[in-house]
Amino acid sequence: MNAKGTVFKYGNNVDTDVIIPARYLNSSDPAELAVHCMEDIDADFIKKVKKGDIIVAEKNFGCGSSREHAPIAIKAAGVSCVIAETFARIFYRNAINIGLPIIECPEASRGIEAGDEVEVDFDSGVITNVTKGTSFQGQAFPEFMQKIIASEGLINYINRKQG
Amino acid sequence: MGMTMTQKILAAAAGLGQVQAGQLIEADLDLVLGNDITSPVAIKEMDKFQVKGVFDKDKIALVPDHFVPNKDIKSAEHCKCVREFARKNEITNYFEVGEMGIEHALLPEKGLTVAGDVIIGADSHTCTYGALGAFSTGVGSTDMAAGMATGKAWFKVPAAIKFILTGKPAKWVSGKDVILHIIGMIGVDGALYKSMEFVGDGIANLSMDDRFTIANMAIEAGGKNGIFPVDEVAENYMKEHSDKPYRIYEADADAVYDAEYTIDLSALRPTVAFPHLPENTHTIDEIRQMEKIAIDQVVIGSCTNGRLDDLRTAAEVLKGRHVAKGMRCIVIPATQAIYMQAMEEGLLKIFIEAGAIVSTPTCGPCLGGYMGILAEGERCVSTTNRNFVGRMGHVTSEIYLASPAVAAASAVTGVISDPDDLQSI
Repeated sequence: MNAKGTVFKYGNNVDTDVIIPARYLNSSDPAELAVHCMEDIDADFIKKVKKGDIIVAEKNFGCGSSREHAPIAIKAAGVSCVIAETFARIFYRNAINIGLPIIECPEASRGIEAGDEVEVDFDSGVITNVTKGTSFQGQAFPEFMQKIIASEGLINYINRKQG
Repeated sequence: MGMTMTQKILAAAAGLGQVQAGQLIEADLDLVLGNDITSPVAIKEMDKFQVKGVFDKDKIALVPDHFVPNKDIKSAEHCKCVREFARKNEITNYFEVGEMGIEHALLPEKGLTVAGDVIIGADSHTCTYGALGAFSTGVGSTDMAAGMATGKAWFKVPAAIKFILTGKPAKWVSGKDVILHIIGMIGVDGALYKSMEFVGDGIANLSMDDRFTIANMAIEAGGKNGIFPVDEVAENYMKEHSDKPYRIYEADADAVYDAEYTIDLSALRPTVAFPHLPENTHTIDEIRQMEKIAIDQVVIGSCTNGRLDDLRTAAEVLKGRHVAKGMRCIVIPATQAIYMQAMEEGLLKIFIEAGAIVSTPTCGPCLGGYMGILAEGERCVSTTNRNFVGRMGHVTSEIYLASPAVAAASAVTGVISDPDDLQSI
């Protein structure tokens, strides 16, 4: 499985309140949430984002609330992958559980700029910056999480295990 | 190799004699929690399960508290979805308006969280129950759904940081100042993926409410959980509130910690976190040296600081005084029981005479839901837990996180203030 797209770049501590502000949490509809994705950090994001695009950030991406609406909004906005130096732990779980691919890779975070074309190979964890002709080795998921992702989320994984 | 307190609880819940940091385990759950924001997403996910129904109707708690009483039609639909799910599945611990409270104040008060429990909640501040010696951590809605269906959750066993608390805090220094000081010291990702284990003889000088506040904000340092040893104060609290059996775990003497910090509580000062991160802390003495910071609103409440100790402290500051002209001061008791007790003690009268308003329990303004939204450029001193961009309203508004004492003092003067400076007012 691969992702390929143009990069939106953000800094440290991108919190769930700027990913999807609570004033929109009276809805849980993915399409409705996507319209407001990243609104309080980058009002132009939703106007510019195309299907397959990639978010690259620095440390502690997704910190704050446990709202699963955050990875849901990002996924529904068309983003194919989030790369960061580190992720906040609840966001990390939530992204895996809903099937939004995320990869921790400090080198890629430093070596990728906004607007770069980036390709991610999820099987190998290799992240390629097509624009700059560089590549980085991202952290591969533990086998347990690979199984959840391969099942397309936690619920299917549990269903298969019990079935 | 020795285990931390958290590791011992997780090992027992996974049926293992020994676990170590980094190990993936599956643990039995004692309680699964959700609110009106996160439960509807979980309930939708529940439909995808082959096995229908919940694992144990007594071990699920559903607490509509964020946008309750319903703030608009969409919120009302969410609450209706939770209510109908609770009815259909005969959930014992569903709390309707009138018997509810902010989830993390309500559940310990109702005796649903005790030492040794493993608890997941689809709310990041679920880590609060560590104050009683439970392992509790925030998860998302899908994890909540899986927990409700199977009674189990997977965890990566966390490494830990040890915080040794010594000494006795001064008059206006509370649990909020302790945790803000710690977050200022280690940063908002300083405990990422880790347990924050609090130990030391200083804990005896912290009330149960102080400990709830400290454990509550472990997530603001990125922590997986925050946990306190079970002492007489915690046991008395559990005996008073719960008939559930509790299990006391202690860290091994040779438990391994990634880092250790010693904090002398007697040296701490009232502390305020400036916009837009809880790590941007300044002591009240540093603030006194700055240009005065004028504010428009004060919020005293939330799962962090809406308990009885907090209201008593705020009332002590506000008694016989009045909030500054043009100031909106909003006091939100965290549960109906706290509300009632505050009424009986005369605290509500003090608040109203001081020109504050008193609201029914709700998370409301903490996450910019309702009951105190900020306009463009407005500033609020709040006893809540997050001061992120746009958290309480307009994207240019600002939140300063503080203790109830500092918040109340600031409401009186209209600028961020030390309660000690009010003596002449």
